Amino acid sequence: MSDKNAYLDMELLRFTTAGSVDDGKSTLIGRLLYDSKSIFEDQYEAIELSSKKKGDENVNLALLTDGLRAEREQGITIDVAYRYFATPKRKFIIADTPGHIQYTRNMVTGASTANLAIILIDARRGVQEQTHRHTFIASLLGIPHIVFCVNKMDLVDYDEAVYEEIKKEVELFSTKLKVGDIRFIPISALKGDNVVNKSEYMPWYQGSTLLYLLETIHIGSDYNHVDCRFPVQGVIRPQSDRYHDFRGYAGRIASGVFKPGDKVAVLPSGFTSTIKSIEMMGEQYDEAYAPMSVTMTLEDEIDISRGDMIVRENNQPVISQDIDLMLCWLNERSLTLGGKYTIRHTSNEARCMVKEVNYRMDINTLHRIEDDKSIGMNDIGRVKIRTTKPLFFDRYERNRETGSVILIDEQTNETVGAGMII
Amino acid sequence: MHTYNLTHLKALEAEAIFVLREVAAQFENPALLFSGGKDSIVVSHLAQKAFFPAKIPFPLVHIDTGHNFQETIDFRDDYVKKLDARLVVGLVQDSIDQGKVVEEKGYNASRNALQTVTLLDTIEEHKFDAAIGGARRDEEKARAKERFFSHRDEFGQWDPKNQRPELWNLFNGKKSFGEHFRVFPISNWTEMDVWQYILMENIELPSLYFAKEREVFVRDGVIMAASEFIQRKEDEEVIKKVVRFRTIGDITCTGAVDSNAGSLEDIIEEVAATRVTERGTRADDKRSEAAMEDRKKDGYF
Repeated sequence: MSDKNAYLDMELLRFTTAGSVDDGKSTLIGRLLYDSKSIFEDQYEAIELSSKKKGDENVNLALLTDGLRAEREQGITIDVAYRYFATPKRKFIIADTPGHIQYTRNMVTGASTANLAIILIDARRGVQEQTHRHTFIASLLGIPHIVFCVNKMDLVDYDEAVYEEIKKEVELFSTKLKVGDIRFIPISALKGDNVVNKSEYMPWYQGSTLLYLLETIHIGSDYNHVDCRFPVQGVIRPQSDRYHDFRGYAGRIASGVFKPGDKVAVLPSGFTSTIKSIEMMGEQYDEAYAPMSVTMTLEDEIDISRGDMIVRENNQPVISQDIDLMLCWLNERSLTLGGKYTIRHTSNEARCMVKEVNYRMDINTLHRIEDDKSIGMNDIGRVKIRTTKPLFFDRYERNRETGSVILIDEQTNETVGAGMII
Repeated sequence: MHTYNLTHLKALEAEAIFVLREVAAQFENPALLFSGGKDSIVVSHLAQKAFFPAKIPFPLVHIDTGHNFQETIDFRDDYVKKLDARLVVGLVQDSIDQGKVVEEKGYNASRNALQTVTLLDTIEEHKFDAAIGGARRDEEKARAKERFFSHRDEFGQWDPKNQRPELWNLFNGKKSFGEHFRVFPISNWTEMDVWQYILMENIELPSLYFAKEREVFVRDGVIMAASEFIQRKEDEEVIKKVVRFRTIGDITCTGAVDSNAGSLEDIIEEVAATRVTERGTRADDKRSEAAMEDRKKDGYF
């Protein structure tokens, strides 16, 4: 097989899609899967049959992504669903999230690990309140690339002026946000224009198709390769004669590049040592970087346990018990001021108390609401917390791995808050 | 210029190992569900890497319907010995003998659905608080929304509307007494990823995955193994055919495919060209459009 080696050389791109049912989001994903030949015959036959039962004229590609029965009945998507497809260049993981206002939490969830966000805009309706909301969330969650797809171009006669108008408006409001890389593509998900194949109807558009962009956009710089952070997940101590003295630290590199021989410091103790080896089942690595999972050994015997962090001596994170967060609330039970929660940060766990709510964001207008500071489900606000022990962290903007936390309700054990450290 | 890019297989491997290490750290008594199929073999391989040079710090659990391919059982026993792991077997026959489940009768009788009861009993008996499985989100629609850490109530049920949000790489395995978790480290892998990884890591598999002349018969277009566990209709004639199996489960609901793929390279070429999902050859998913969703709610894998 000729492209066997090509397959072994593929990169992984995670992206999220935002937009409501009406924007044609499910149709777009269905189109990507169908035109990239990622749909199997039995899947296609199943949706063909369903489309016929419903009396649809064409095969409804949106049905490919409608997962659960409750959704099929109501015709809406109610949770994050993950889809996969691959081209010879890349493997793609799509976090498909619904765009309704009550599901901000789902978009936040899908966005948290994404390299790229696709935000859909209906060409007939232009920029909507939800476009602002989706863009804000994508920027808040630090997604490095945002692609605005102006969809349903077929319904506005593929008119360049309509597209340019929308593009200008998005560019204007997104200057208020921190977003790195913004792209625009005029498409018709239903007809397939500029999704996988270039449109015949929009000769005025000189850019690439959506799939080409997804295949080629540079993602190598999406990880932080500067600040060395290795949160220890556990200690490996084999109970065997052969490896009697082995003491390995298991973990996934959050950021930076580690090499054997590097001088490191261990937090919170502050003890220093030198990296002896970085390995995985006997295979020795010359260097290790995010997001690799490895086992590390040090030259000196230091007491290290889960929750500790190995860093470079001369580049250390902030160590503090007082933390400022942008907090997205995910639960029906509202945030309690003065309330205590379990907090998880890298491999560390502590308890925390909510000391202050500075303001709540109006996520449609980006205004700060300071007279009503209640934070309920799907709200986003700025808060101050104090933890029972110091955490070792970086600003979320600089490091998504060491800058993120979740809050857990101590009664129900549910994940109730997602926080980005400021 | 030096670039810091992982290939997608290395990235998926790193993610799965991270998840397995979180399980070991966050749960007191986890177990790895081992069916002898390629997905659970890959998860076991990943577990071996995650904790090396220590042993896998949890047992392998096989829910045994009793209706197995002999090759699967031989492979299982051999593999467990090589890993130096502990094996726990939950027998569906025990659940039947205890009167907890009633065996299906007739031509399409299968013990597949009964496994759920045996699985939940085994979890309860051994007080497992996390059961690691090899399920993947690409397998089936209901699985597309599964979490890595999937919360189950004290009845082992999955509530699709009440799953915990999973953000970044922060997994929440906290639970109340009696509740447990299912954990799926290879959630983000596709069938192709699994095969490519098996090739890359040179992982040993049961011979059932490779094409060979076998005694089979055809029912409703599905090629089934001729076995004492399946009652054949009069017109269902046993024939010899060169086939292989794309999934390995209970013998009564595992279909074979016409194939000449005798090596991993052949299989990868076949998977790349194939136009039918691997679960498309499984009789259990065809019962109704929402079959998987219903079984998951009851506590299926």
